Amino acid sequence: MRIDALSGTSLLYNLRFRAILYQVVAVGSVVLLGLYLFSNVSEKLAEQNVATGFGFLDREAGFVISQTIIDYKPSDTYARALLAGIVNTVWVSAWGVVLATIIGLFVGIARLSRNPLLAFLAFLYVEAFRNVPLLLYLFLWYALIVTSLPSVREAWEILPHVFLSNSGLNVPSLEWTDAHTAILIALVAGGGLATLVHRRATAERIRTGNERTTWPLTTTVLLAPPLLTFLLIQPDMVLSFPEKGRFRLTGGAQLSPEFTALLIGLALSASAGIAEVVRSGILSVHKGQREAARALGMRDGLTMRLVVLPQALRVIIPPLTSSYLSLFKNSSLAIAIGYPDLVMVSNTTMNQTGQAIEGIAIFMLVYLGLSISISMFMNWYNSRVALKER
Amino acid sequence: MTTATDIAEAQLKRPAERRPDSGRGLLHRTFKPLIGTPVNAAVTLACLWVLWLGIKGTYGWLIARAVTEGGPEACKVGQGACWPFFEAKLRFMIFGVYPYEEHWRVLLVMVLFLGAIGITMIPRFWTKGLLYLWGSVIIATAVLISGGVFGLRHVPTTQWSGLPLSFLLSAVGLALGFPLGVVLALARASQLPAIRVLAVIFIEVIRGVPLISILFMASVMLPLFMPSGITVDKLLRAQIAIVIFAAAYIAEAVRGGLQAIPRGQYEAANAMGLHYWQAMRLIVLPQALKVSIPPLVNISIGFFQDTTLVTIIGLLDFLTTVRTAMQDPAWVGIAVMEGYIFAAVVYLVLSYGMGAYSRFLERRLRLGYD
Repeated sequence: MRIDALSGTSLLYNLRFRAILYQVVAVGSVVLLGLYLFSNVSEKLAEQNVATGFGFLDREAGFVISQTIIDYKPSDTYARALLAGIVNTVWVSAWGVVLATIIGLFVGIARLSRNPLLAFLAFLYVEAFRNVPLLLYLFLWYALIVTSLPSVREAWEILPHVFLSNSGLNVPSLEWTDAHTAILIALVAGGGLATLVHRRATAERIRTGNERTTWPLTTTVLLAPPLLTFLLIQPDMVLSFPEKGRFRLTGGAQLSPEFTALLIGLALSASAGIAEVVRSGILSVHKGQREAARALGMRDGLTMRLVVLPQALRVIIPPLTSSYLSLFKNSSLAIAIGYPDLVMVSNTTMNQTGQAIEGIAIFMLVYLGLSISISMFMNWYNSRVALKER
Repeated sequence: MTTATDIAEAQLKRPAERRPDSGRGLLHRTFKPLIGTPVNAAVTLACLWVLWLGIKGTYGWLIARAVTEGGPEACKVGQGACWPFFEAKLRFMIFGVYPYEEHWRVLLVMVLFLGAIGITMIPRFWTKGLLYLWGSVIIATAVLISGGVFGLRHVPTTQWSGLPLSFLLSAVGLALGFPLGVVLALARASQLPAIRVLAVIFIEVIRGVPLISILFMASVMLPLFMPSGITVDKLLRAQIAIVIFAAAYIAEAVRGGLQAIPRGQYEAANAMGLHYWQAMRLIVLPQALKVSIPPLVNISIGFFQDTTLVTIIGLLDFLTTVRTAMQDPAWVGIAVMEGYIFAAVVYLVLSYGMGAYSRFLERRLRLGYD
């Protein structure tokens, strides 16, 4: 018997009618609330004589941004200033993701070490970074860099040619020219070729069962294009190293104290979360899998690469995505220590133009867009490593 | 039928797992992982060295070289921890600018909160009584902090600060965010497409942007949204932002719980003639919420730490009052490490405690004793 047939008495007892009614009420109240808020806003803005719209983006910004990756000067437009802020945000988050992943991988494996001392130290590291707010660490690192580190003249050389002082971190840098871009493109092309060779070899192995040694060919097609390009163009490979002068460090690239503190803070805090993700991923692979691989005669390296890691990755990827996303969103704390990221530039823009709604809308949309792109990329990667169920 | 107790007893009776080393002595078992191979011995040595440096540094700074008496001048000369700083500033760091002679009121509030949290943490008390308990704690908190009744002096919200403010922001944020989050999770799992889409948009937008942007929005845009003549208190604005933010994250945790409930449970509830709300309230949610307790505790830890961000819109939370104490002209530049380490230890102890509780819950839920 159909449920609808029961509802002859009143329309209110018709399930389908009710479903539509609920949805109409829900959407209607959201729309009404939106209209109400909108009318309040336009009334207020009219009262305060604030201009609306995104026209201000084309006007001259007129404020200085202390450090940028792309070229920016105060006579550029607000749009350019905001772009510089976006690039700064992406720059610090990207380096943060790289560092956090490397540290997190090592700490996560150390947590599982059979050596109890090492496992204990890794445990201390993880708990110390997970249980204290990131903002506190940012203030602490910044204060340590600015007040406790030696001046530039007595800068510490923490690694060869890497100097740490109270004006930040000085690292070697490469003068980037078109020739380098050409070599990079050649390297990418070589990578493509190598992948192709590897795929065909795998396909042949699956078809015929013969395994052939492919690494000489793969290495050749990978390295030949960039090497040839290099020999053809012969660019000046000038690595610029920071040198201690009498009053300052010359050469190399300087990372400001703000950038250094933010990068260290983001990377260390996120690495603790990533370490936990890696640990639980490795733990999730059943012991029987290793034993089965050994019974098949696989060496330890092969077992790790072909049996343990592919299965651990499945468990690791989704929480790793949220770790990356939260690192990216946490980079907005830059405003607390004065690194000119998107939020800080938007804030200056809002203060100068008075157009708060547009400013906030821009940076929320940018964060939302970038967050969605990161999670789409990671979802795509996840679907590649996910279990293929038959 | 096998009950949970049977399983637990069976586990107790099961013979101990044979370990490869079980035949050897205690000495062998202790030292093999430490110095079994040359690499391991090197790792052990390196770890001992790091531990030694850490302990020596902490002992030297905190005790051996510490400055125990005198004022800012003594600390400026000294090389170790500055205890006089704590003597002079401890109350300010904890209570902030709340009127000095009324500190007992916020202290009482914190005791009430900790007591209520302690009771909430014991699974035996997970009954309806908890709702009344928290209701009365919140009313008592409001009366005590704000005053203006029962002869208590009124304290405006601009003077609410320090650790009590951090507690208040996270506790109220979670308490109000929880029901909102549950409703959002149900809406997201709903079969009505329009309601589902609204919930998805709300949750994903909030989770896709940083908390700072929501705080900015609440502090800058909320006043514009209100009709003319109505102003919203700054603290309330931050609180609204935190509630909204918490709700989106709680919704995701609860959604995980909802997905863990087998379809048969929904169908059985329908078959018994329960309507939607009855089915949710009596059958689905009690099971789903139990599954989502560990992630909910983790969210609570995160939110307690995230309340530090309110400093950016100018509220005086615990981290801000500590920083203010450090920037007092008499002490500026002297007790930088002391202040941050004190704040870090407070956050560490509270968050680690909650984390340990969350792990206890997870074990307990896995055993299925309830």
